[in-house]
Parts: sequence; C-alpha cells; structure tokens
Amino acid sequence: MKALTGQGLDRVDGKLKVIGGAEYSSDVPVANVAHAVILGSSIATGKLAPLDIDAAKAVPGVLAVLTPENAPKLPGASAKGPSNDRVLQFLQDDVVHYDGQPIAVVVADSLERAQHAASLIGVKYSAAEPTVSLTNTGDVYKPEKLTRDATDSTRGDFDAAFAEAPLKVDVTYTTPVQSHNPIELHSTVAVWQGDDRLTVYDASQGVYGVKRKLMRLFGLSDDKVRVISHFLGGGFGCKGAAWSHVPLAVMAAKVVGRPVKLVITRQQMFAFVGHRPPTSQHLSLGATAEGKLTAMRHDLLAHTSRFDEFVEGCAVVTRSLYSCPNVRTSHRLVRLDVATPTFMRAPGESTGNFALESAMDELAYAAKMDPVALRLANHAERDEDASKPWSSKSLKECYARGASHFGWSRRNATPRSMKDGKVLVGWGMATATYPAHQSAASVSAVVRADGTALVRTGTQDIGTGTYTIMTQIAADALGMSMDKVRFELGDTTFPESPMSAGSQTAASTGPAVRRAGLEARRQLAELAIGDARSPLHGLSVDDLDVSDGALVAKSNPSRRDPYTELLARNQRTELAASGKASETEDRKKYSLRGFGAQFAEVRVDPDLGEVRVSRLVGAFAAGKILNAKTGHSQLMGGMVWGIGYALTEQTRYDARDGRVITRDLADYLVPVNADVPAIDVLFVDEVDPHVNELGAKGIGELGLTGVVAAIGNAVFHATGKRVRDLPITIEKLL
Amino acid sequence: MHSFSYLRVVDASGALAVDPEHAAFIAGGTCLVDLMRLGVMTPDSVVDLTALPYRDIVLNEQGASIGALVKNSTLADHPMIVARYPALAQALAAGASPQLRNMASLGGNLMQRTRCSYFRNDFPRCNKQRPGSGCAALDGENRRHAVLGGSDHCIAVHPSDMCVALVAYEAVVHTVGKRGERSIPIGEFHLVPGEHPEKETALEPGELVTRVSLPAEPFFARASYVKVRDRASYDFALTSVAAALDVKGDTIKSARVALGGVGTKPWRSLEAESALVGKSSTTASFTAAANAAFAAARPQKDNAYKVELGRRTLVRALEEAART
Repeated sequence: MKALTGQGLDRVDGKLKVIGGAEYSSDVPVANVAHAVILGSSIATGKLAPLDIDAAKAVPGVLAVLTPENAPKLPGASAKGPSNDRVLQFLQDDVVHYDGQPIAVVVADSLERAQHAASLIGVKYSAAEPTVSLTNTGDVYKPEKLTRDATDSTRGDFDAAFAEAPLKVDVTYTTPVQSHNPIELHSTVAVWQGDDRLTVYDASQGVYGVKRKLMRLFGLSDDKVRVISHFLGGGFGCKGAAWSHVPLAVMAAKVVGRPVKLVITRQQMFAFVGHRPPTSQHLSLGATAEGKLTAMRHDLLAHTSRFDEFVEGCAVVTRSLYSCPNVRTSHRLVRLDVATPTFMRAPGESTGNFALESAMDELAYAAKMDPVALRLANHAERDEDASKPWSSKSLKECYARGASHFGWSRRNATPRSMKDGKVLVGWGMATATYPAHQSAASVSAVVRADGTALVRTGTQDIGTGTYTIMTQIAADALGMSMDKVRFELGDTTFPESPMSAGSQTAASTGPAVRRAGLEARRQLAELAIGDARSPLHGLSVDDLDVSDGALVAKSNPSRRDPYTELLARNQRTELAASGKASETEDRKKYSLRGFGAQFAEVRVDPDLGEVRVSRLVGAFAAGKILNAKTGHSQLMGGMVWGIGYALTEQTRYDARDGRVITRDLADYLVPVNADVPAIDVLFVDEVDPHVNELGAKGIGELGLTGVVAAIGNAVFHATGKRVRDLPITIEKLL
Repeated sequence: MHSFSYLRVVDASGALAVDPEHAAFIAGGTCLVDLMRLGVMTPDSVVDLTALPYRDIVLNEQGASIGALVKNSTLADHPMIVARYPALAQALAAGASPQLRNMASLGGNLMQRTRCSYFRNDFPRCNKQRPGSGCAALDGENRRHAVLGGSDHCIAVHPSDMCVALVAYEAVVHTVGKRGERSIPIGEFHLVPGEHPEKETALEPGELVTRVSLPAEPFFARASYVKVRDRASYDFALTSVAAALDVKGDTIKSARVALGGVGTKPWRSLEAESALVGKSSTTASFTAAANAAFAAARPQKDNAYKVELGRRTLVRALEEAART
C-alpha cells in the first residue's frame, strides 16, 4: 500500500469548511446563551473611578453589568502559571495598565442590547502620563531568559575582531508593533453545569493550557473543566495562552446563571490579545575583504508591559545561522504603558532574521559579492553556538534550487540597474530558518468491528491542515484507508497534546498518532496470531503487515485477516490503544532547524514610490513534508504574510495619550489579492533520521522568516535606498 | 449599538416628510452602517431611499445625468461614462472593493465621511463628532491627513475617489428639499472645515440628492485618474489626481485638475489649471502646475510627504491625460 503520508491530499475538512459545516467556537449552538461584550479603557494608564452603570442596567434585556466594584473575586487570581501564561485583567482591581484594558462586561439577552448598554456606562478616570514609545527608554532591563534560550550569548571576542575587520556593517533596524488579525475573532462560549462543572468552547491554539488556566483561576479540579476548540479561523500566536476575555466570559456565565458567548470586536484585536512588540535591533557585522564573517553582534531592545514579560527573541538566529568565531548577542526590554506583547508568527525569528539578513545584504554590497555567494562563504557546517551537528541541513541545495528557479544569475547587482520601461525592478534574497521543536504528546486510537477507526488527541487545527495530516499518519499506521479513519481533536477529554504553536504540531502530535496506530495494529496482530480461526494463526507479529483494513502475512499476501472479521470472531466491538511521543535522547545530540532560501522581485514606481511585489520564490528543506498540498499552503501563507510585514503592517499609537489609533483593517493594512503575486514554493528533499520518527520539521513559520528581508533587499536593489525601518512605506522612498 | 427605527419611503415627498433632526437617509449603507456600528452616527431613524426612482444614467449632447441611486459599479462600467468621462470611471473603479462598489450609491459616495481615526473611534477630541472638543489629529498621528483646506479645528481628509473626478468634471449636484429643487455646483457642495468641521456639505437638513449632472466638454474624454496608495487595492488614496486636458497643437487651451487624499474636501486646483493654460503640454509645464497646486499646502508632523507625492501624482496624471 502506497503511504498516504507525504501525498498532496485534499483537506479532510475542506468540504465542511466550504459548505459552512465547520463549527467554530462561536458557532456552537448552545441553548439559552446570553451575550457578553467587554468595555475597554480609554486611557493607557491611571485609576478607574467607580463606574456609573445605572443607565446600562436599565436597558431591557441586560442581565448583568460587571465592573471592578462588583465582579466576583476569583480564588486563583494571583496564582502564577507557566512562563508562557499571561497576566490578565478581569476586573479584580481599579488599575488601568494600557489602552483598551477590560474595565466592564455587559451581559444581555442579545448582542445588540449588550453593545448598547455598554455604550451607556459612565467612566471616569484619574489618568496618569503614559509612555508608549520605544525610543523613550527609561526602564531598560535584562530579562532572565527567553522562551527557550539564554538572554545573552558570547562566543570569541567580538570587540577585537570587529575593530580589526576590513569590512564593517554597523546599523540599526527597527520594526513596528504588529497586531494579529486572524479572520476569526477571539471567541469564548462558557457553559456551567451546576456550580462546579464548566465547559468552554474557545477559539484556542491550546485547549489544555486554557483548561489549566481556568482551573487555577476558578479553583476547579481537573475533572470539572472541559475546553473544546474544534476549528480555528487562524491563530498565529494570539490564540495561544488565554487572554482576559476567557475568564471574563466564564465569570459572566457564573453571575447570570446562563451560558455566555463573548466574541471580542475587531477593534479589540488591537487591545488586549497580544501583539508583536516593536524592535530596535543593532547589527554589527565584521568581515574579511573576501566576505568571511569575523565578528557579529546583535542587540535587541523591545517593549513589554508594566505587569508581564514577553521577549521577542530576535538575536537567537544570529548565534548560529552563519559560521563566525566572534559573536555577541543580547536582549533587553523596556516596560511601557502597553498591553503585553506575545508570540506572533515566527516570533524572534522573523524580526531578528529581517535585521540579520538585511545586514548580510549590506555586507554583500560592501564586499562586492553576490548575496548568495556571501552566504555560501559563511555557511555554518555545524551549530557553532550549541557546539552540535545539525540533524540535517540542506540549505545549500535550497540556495541552488531557489536561485535557479528564480533566474538569479541574470541579476545585475547595481542598484537601479534593472528596469521594465520606467519601472524599477529589484531582486533580493534572504535565508530562511526556523527551529524544529517537539513537545510531548499522547493519543488514543480505537479500531472498531465495523471497520472504522477513531483517533483522538487534544491538539488543535489552527487552519494548517492538522486534521488532514493526522488522518494520513493514522491511516498509514493502521493500514486503513483515509475514509475509514476519523481523527478528532480540540477537546480536553482527549489525551493531551501541546499547544499548536512554534511549528511543533506535526512533529509532536504526529509521532504520537503514529505510535497509537502502531500499538493498535500490534494488538490486532496479537489477537490474530493467538486466534485459532485466523488464517494468520501461529505467525509472529513480525511476520505480519497491514493493508486495506486487514492483517496480511508478509510471506503470502493471500493469507489475510480483515480487522472486521478478526474483531467479530473475538466478540470485540472495538480495540483501544494509545500512543505517546516525546523528544528522544538521539534528538538531543543535534541542533534541529528547517532552512530555506527566499527570493523576491519588486517593482517600484520611480516617481510615486509605490512598491509592488511581483514575484516570490521560496525553496525549503524541512525534512519530510507530510502533505505536499497543505505544506505548500503553509509556506505560501508565510510568504503572503511577509508582503504585509515588509510593506504595510503597523499598529500605531498616539504617543500623547498612549492609545492605539489603528483599530481596523483599513488602517492596519494586510495584503489583499492584488498585492499577492505568483508565489512559487519548492521543496528540497531532505531525510532527517534524528528530528523525530516522522522525519518532519515544522513549516508553519519557516516561510515568513526570510521573505521580509528578501523584499527589503529587493527594494534596495530597485531604488538604491536602504530602508531600515519597517514597514517600507512610500514616504521612506520619495 | 444605538436603537433606531427603520422607515422605507417610496418617493421624495415621503423622504422630505421625515423630521431630519434625528434621521439619516440610507441607500447602499456602506458608510452609514459602518459609522453606526462604531457609534459615531446614532440616528434615531434610518430612512431607506432604495425604492426611490433615481437610477437613470442619461448621456446626450448636454452632458450626463446620473441618478443618485446609481451603484458605483454600474457607473464605473457604463460604456459612455468610460468613453466620455474616463477619469470618473477610473476613480470609481479605484475605490473600495467590488462588494462595496456593488452596494455604494452615487449619492452616498457624495456624503462619504472621513476615515480620520480620531473621528471614527472613541477619542475625546474631535470637532466633527463633538464640536468644540478640539482636534486630536492636528498635533497627533496625521500621516493620512489633509495638507490642503485644513483649519485649526480639523485636518481630516476627504476619502472619496469618485468626488475627485466629479470636481474635475465640474459636476452639478441636484437636490430636492423642503424649499424645492436646487442645483449646487460640486465645488460648493463640500465644505472646508473652517470653524465648523461638523458641517460637511451645503445640504440643508433633510435635503435629498436626486442626481448629478456633468457638462458636455469634449476634452473631458482626455482625462485620467491616478491614485497612489499603500497597497495595490482596497485602500484609500494617499494622494490622487483627476486631470483633463484640452490641447490644441502643443498648447493647453484648457485644463481641469482635482486632487484627492490631500484635501479636507475633494480639491479643485484652480492654481494648477491656470498654470497650465496657454502653456505647452510638457512635463515642465506639468511640474509648474504641480508646484502651484501645492503652494498653499500646510503639512503636519507625519504628512509632509503628501506635498511632494501629491506634486508627482499630479504630473503623472497630466502626463497620462496628455497621452489619451
């Protein structure tokens, strides 16, 4: 039987989504549901006076108006969660820390009544003077650690090497605040069954994390809380840890004694559900006249909130992407009157690699070298930071495939030299890289006498194709066809899988799915060989293979025992198995990353400064690609994202009052179809025996990590202007 | 959302019978409903005009007459509009998205309100929303704001593409009100903010736009609309220009120039026009006209680029008009 894993199969949930049959969290029909809306603060820092809620309460249909004065105090409000958990604001005090912070919740029998009542709440503050600008660096400090890495690093002697370097690049890159804007808004439906049993339908990338958060906050035991997330309309990091609206919905449901649905507004996507912090990154590269790197320094300054910490790990990539004996990196934060930033697609890697790969382009011009040749000259044969070999690395092949497909050899390196009529044409490239993470996961599998199988785990499909690839993996392991295998996810009554973040789902949950399938298959084989009526009786497990829902003898495929018959003969309605997977010892001996090479063509109007991306090519090596079609979409999606990242996306604050002024998708511009050109995604074959038993590296974020710099480098090539401050908007090119 | 009643009228007299104080007319609703959802506009009653008859597009030797309820998409695709008033067709096609153009009406587009973030959101200082409260944009974030026609009370930019072309084409807005019918030249229809940014048009309370007429100038066919924006589609203009040129031999006999994205109203540049008349149709003349157009520009902290970008956009539009 040809393996299903690896084929470019259609999404198993595709039809459901097309016909509107996929139930997203806010779609789940819940009887007697009430609607909640959050009122946000209209100052960035200060104290809240008691709210005037009389008019709001008088609106027909209003069930409750919760404020810091009357909201229930939660038993676990101050309990500390894991480090990726966020400090939330759910009406426990009168302090305002940032613009748009939840200060009241209105619950009514209809959404419109709740919205109207919220608009009638009288709010008075004693406002303080906010600071929201990154350049105002009053309280810079060194965070204890990054998400997975050390805050600072030193290898060799940067200062001495940089001082002596014949070629130098010494520049600062800045990137703006960006706000996640998945199509699906954050939404939570909270249903209490009695006093102490809670079910929550939540648009979440991590149902188990949300469950634990609610257990802590509300003082509930493990068996009392169930969190469900069957479909997600995009996550991108903002739906990782629970934000304030989740406990607020649960609290509101408790107060009104009815299920409560809370869908935040598009405007609130810019308020209290995370963002990518702004970065200021100082890059210093020193090299020999031949372009060999001798010194690298990468220092980050980013913001975090007054009450919580998130570090954008920008400089991590610089520690290992190129071979260089003298490297120093650091991460610093400044506390501002802003909401807490969080993980946003390729956190650290995209911001940091934009700076590094732009600086490498500057070095290529300084060294008068082709940008691809410069990178090949500095290729890291091993991870010099971790002092480990790569589990696999096919970056050189990526450069070659990408360059060839793009036609890179026809590039005239001189800025403003390539034109199409009057229009300036620019070609740029950059390296892409993202770590190959794996976390522990567990899975259950049931094979039924009717010839079907049910495989379950508490992972999530954030739109990437998890339903599909897990069905493929399970069907292969069970030796069944895809249409006989049902894969279910997004429910904390299923065995635990990690958060769908860090591009780790395929590599974490995938192996556990495979093991659960193999375990079921082993049990079926045991049953058959011990069953005197089986044609396979007396063989050993190793003698058996599986095909099309049956066990078969390897030596003689006509000796076969279908699962249906095997289970029926043994009076079994089903057979249950489980599988677990986590990092192997072998894996820990290596550094593990996916790599790619990305090439961009831009067209720039020489008078008007309009930049349009006209071509993108990405060649990627990320181990085994589990589904060529959904994998292609993920990498392409990352490249589409890069267009907005490079050219348009920016959340703006008014520095005077610290308030966010970009609050809709007309002010916060993401690419529309007309901005997105032909995008070619190429896969470079790569076998990685160490990364995990599927040989797969995550690809959800890799596609974004090089494209931003590639576009910026193309703009430089087209115009001769090096814009070091994202986004590259028209006024910076005039 | 503020509660409101909904009333459907079938003729102009029905529309005029409504107490205008707390009512809003609705056609396509693409602007009004958005602002109602944001709580910026809070009418007690919404009066649906879509059963009214103003849907004709008539073109003859007198020019064009376009009903107020004609959809933006219908007008943009009309072959005679494309042929005789190309800058109007181009401006319409450059605005919004196909879905919005299929809903938005001519009359509604005339009444379109600014995209100023301080106006659209719950910022305390906005003279359009709360007269006398001040203007947060003046010394705030004003990258997209106006450099022409602003006052100490408001620098909100007029967002329409269509109106820029109508201004270039010297449209006349025909209305009916309690005091009967009248015709308002487009240049007098939109108002600069002055001391009363809340007053945006010359319409009296309850007055209804019925149609727009365009004069029959043959050289209006020699026109272009150039729009510059951050992304390729579905974005408001940073700068835009509608330009029409009447060139005999190499000499410009007459010109029409209107600017978008830079003015507090769709901005007719008589300065640019008079700089062009009598000159040769060359880039040097166009550049001189562009300088004249922006001589009175008053840029703010973040929008100084609009002066230079606006000039360049104007030169490009004139070059394109000259080529047609």
